[in-house]
Amino acid sequence: MVKELEKVDVVTIGAGWTGGIVAAETAKAGLKVKSLERGGYRDTNDYQRVHDELKYAQRYELMQDTSVETLTFRNKRDERALPVRRLGSFLPGNGRGGAGTHWNGQTDRYMAYDFEIKSMTEKKYGKDKLGEDSGLRYRDWGITFDEMEKYYDKFEKTAGVSGEENPLGEKRSSPYPNPPMIKTKSLKLFEEAAKKLELHPVMMPSANMSQNYTNPDGEKLNQCQYCAFCERFACEYDAKATPDVTVLRTAEKTGNYEIRYNSNVTEIVTDEKDKNKVTGVKFIDTETREEYFQPADVVVLTSFLFNNYKLLRVSEIGEQYDPETETGTLGSNYCYQTGLGATGFFDEQYNTFMGAGALGMILDDFNGDNFDHEDLDFIHGGSIHFTQTGLRPILNNKVREGTPAWGEEFKKESVENFTRTLEVYSMAHTGPHRDHYLDLDDTYKDAYDNPQVMLTYNWTEQDNARNKYLTEKCAEIVEKMGAKHIDVQNGDLGDYDIVPYQSTNISGGTPMGTDPKNSVVNTWLQHWDRDNLFVAGSSTFVHNSGNNPTGTVGAFAYRCAEGIIKYHKDNQRLED
Amino acid sequence: MPKKNMGVSEMAKEKQFSRRDFLKTTGVATGGIIGGSLLGGLIGFNMDGTENTSTDTKSESSESSSEGLIIPEKGRIFFSKDEDFKVIEAAMERIFPDSDIGPGAKELGAAYFLDGQLAGAYGNNSREYMQGPFYEGTATQGYQSNLNRAEYFTLGIRKLQEESNDRFEKSFAELEAGEQDEILKDFEDDKVDFDIPRSTATAGYFFQLLREATLEGVYSDPIYRGNRNMGGWKMKQFPGHQHSYLNLIDSDEFQDIEPMPNFG
Repeated sequence: MVKELEKVDVVTIGAGWTGGIVAAETAKAGLKVKSLERGGYRDTNDYQRVHDELKYAQRYELMQDTSVETLTFRNKRDERALPVRRLGSFLPGNGRGGAGTHWNGQTDRYMAYDFEIKSMTEKKYGKDKLGEDSGLRYRDWGITFDEMEKYYDKFEKTAGVSGEENPLGEKRSSPYPNPPMIKTKSLKLFEEAAKKLELHPVMMPSANMSQNYTNPDGEKLNQCQYCAFCERFACEYDAKATPDVTVLRTAEKTGNYEIRYNSNVTEIVTDEKDKNKVTGVKFIDTETREEYFQPADVVVLTSFLFNNYKLLRVSEIGEQYDPETETGTLGSNYCYQTGLGATGFFDEQYNTFMGAGALGMILDDFNGDNFDHEDLDFIHGGSIHFTQTGLRPILNNKVREGTPAWGEEFKKESVENFTRTLEVYSMAHTGPHRDHYLDLDDTYKDAYDNPQVMLTYNWTEQDNARNKYLTEKCAEIVEKMGAKHIDVQNGDLGDYDIVPYQSTNISGGTPMGTDPKNSVVNTWLQHWDRDNLFVAGSSTFVHNSGNNPTGTVGAFAYRCAEGIIKYHKDNQRLED
Repeated sequence: MPKKNMGVSEMAKEKQFSRRDFLKTTGVATGGIIGGSLLGGLIGFNMDGTENTSTDTKSESSESSSEGLIIPEKGRIFFSKDEDFKVIEAAMERIFPDSDIGPGAKELGAAYFLDGQLAGAYGNNSREYMQGPFYEGTATQGYQSNLNRAEYFTLGIRKLQEESNDRFEKSFAELEAGEQDEILKDFEDDKVDFDIPRSTATAGYFFQLLREATLEGVYSDPIYRGNRNMGGWKMKQFPGHQHSYLNLIDSDEFQDIEPMPNFG
């Protein structure tokens, strides 16, 4: 028996960054809002003993439980997809705050080039440069950086982002709300080396607070203590902007907002009388296993990428992408990032165990189209990073290439190098490809008897060429830093491996655009086939950039919230 | 140059000062968003962080020991057979051997760490997808075994013993270091045939689990019963659980800081 709950104006599926932003904005505008969060309640009190590398970084305390829900994976379409039994390559979150609880706080903007990548590349280099013959499927996003700037600005103020003007960045309407983080000795070393190479390093935009800060909604954040337990951890000190300490609190203060925890949405229900509308969502209370129906005027899909895709698919909303015919859009444009670079080994010891998730420097000289690609076999590029996020001992055992992985020599080197290695690495773009997509798996099921999502993904020749180029640039900087030995990662990665952690910056599956033939939502993130259904998050990205995605996720969530408020008033489609 | 090693009481004083300082600057003490739990943590700064064991009666008077709690230094939960435990302890010691730079896995209690882990969620793969069907995957598809880690380690230990008996007619635990290394190297290179379907288990994957568990046992918080006396952290100059480096982060000097456990 499905129990029907009282109708709300807006229901969000998930209470992370996107759900939180939409909730805060719509609740402030007077709408009655509810979030259905599959995980539980948690707040700063839960994090007072968070400095535990084993529990949080190795055993994934804050992450999605794959015994409940995972995905299946294969490199190529002719392979058998098998379940991701243990999380590895990326780490989706769970519970209040979602992945926004365990993020590092690195808060970039995308470049103007990102949003218009197809037309700008074609104009400068010709159509062949886009690599369509090799299966790449670049297109413009349907919106420009200039249109997005005000939303970036809004997110950065909410999240108290610190930073400094980037000479290679797009024009800002206002400065960062906070001054840069503290520049440490190793950061200065990187900066000097990069400047000697005539590059343009700046302090990384950070959502770890560089000072005490009150955001425009009145939420108070504390100065970061550089304790070095950020990524994969939660902040015990309210010094990292997370949904919990910003937008969710803001939404809750209005009195118009409620989060229902342990509520796993299984279906978005289409209106039988009007196929262009949804009526609400079905969910299961994960504690009692009771089934509920939550009616709503507007449904906003604000879960992590895989679930955004999956809920549309199992609810039969939109047409599944077919790589054979290249028809359908749902599941297309899945992209990833690579993070290769060079490690320098030094005699001198650095305080590598201190740090913050977004303490670092970044340069965009080899990002986007900031450098000439005429003679290169790839487009776009990546940002180059030097970070001091704080090393912890289980996961950081650097040895020079060729050293055994165990035994006395390994022990000696890995112990000594803990404080004597510095890494310069890239964060590189990947483009949408015909053969990279999400589908549903025929064999494996989740705990609610729904199929698991199936991912088909591999690296391309362009990715290898880009990575070779970027790792060389990283090595040049490490050399200038004075390393006595340098190990450069191989830019040719072979097949994409789902096992080692690489990045949680994944994108696509429900891409945005201006044409329903090649996109799932419009640039207000409104679904093409259901007027009162919105989809927010990196699942709506058309490709993955050479920068961190959360700034762009946040910016689009603000735009989406604006659209929802407007739609709720006049019930008109937003692209018109 | 590294900052000189400070005495424990000096360290505690400096830390208490910096903690008061940061509470003042950030207004936590007055605003109280975290309040009790954070301030509660301050008490721990007087502790020297050395591990108390039941046999060490001299430390019983310290505020950390709760009366009546006896956890034997050599107590086990998972490994019921002494010989199995000796084998895993010996194998871990070869992964991370005692050497002139510091203690090895055995002295650090890595096998006791693993014993506790195998008895819990890790050993049972509680938070991992364990539904069939099971197939041997490609190299990029990861763990596909129907065995949980408790079963995998049990099997791996049996195979180490079989290999040791075949080659040297002795228990793995009784072998010379060089002989142990020879077997472990073949496990690492996946050259030892387990004589069961590869989708169930391989020597190569068992070795990976063993190596990872050894590093975890050597470097995880002492609450998990490895990293004894925080010897792994001291060797690596990792200060463990520190609330704040705000006053040190811009220092040009290397900071050699006495480690703190998460509870202490």
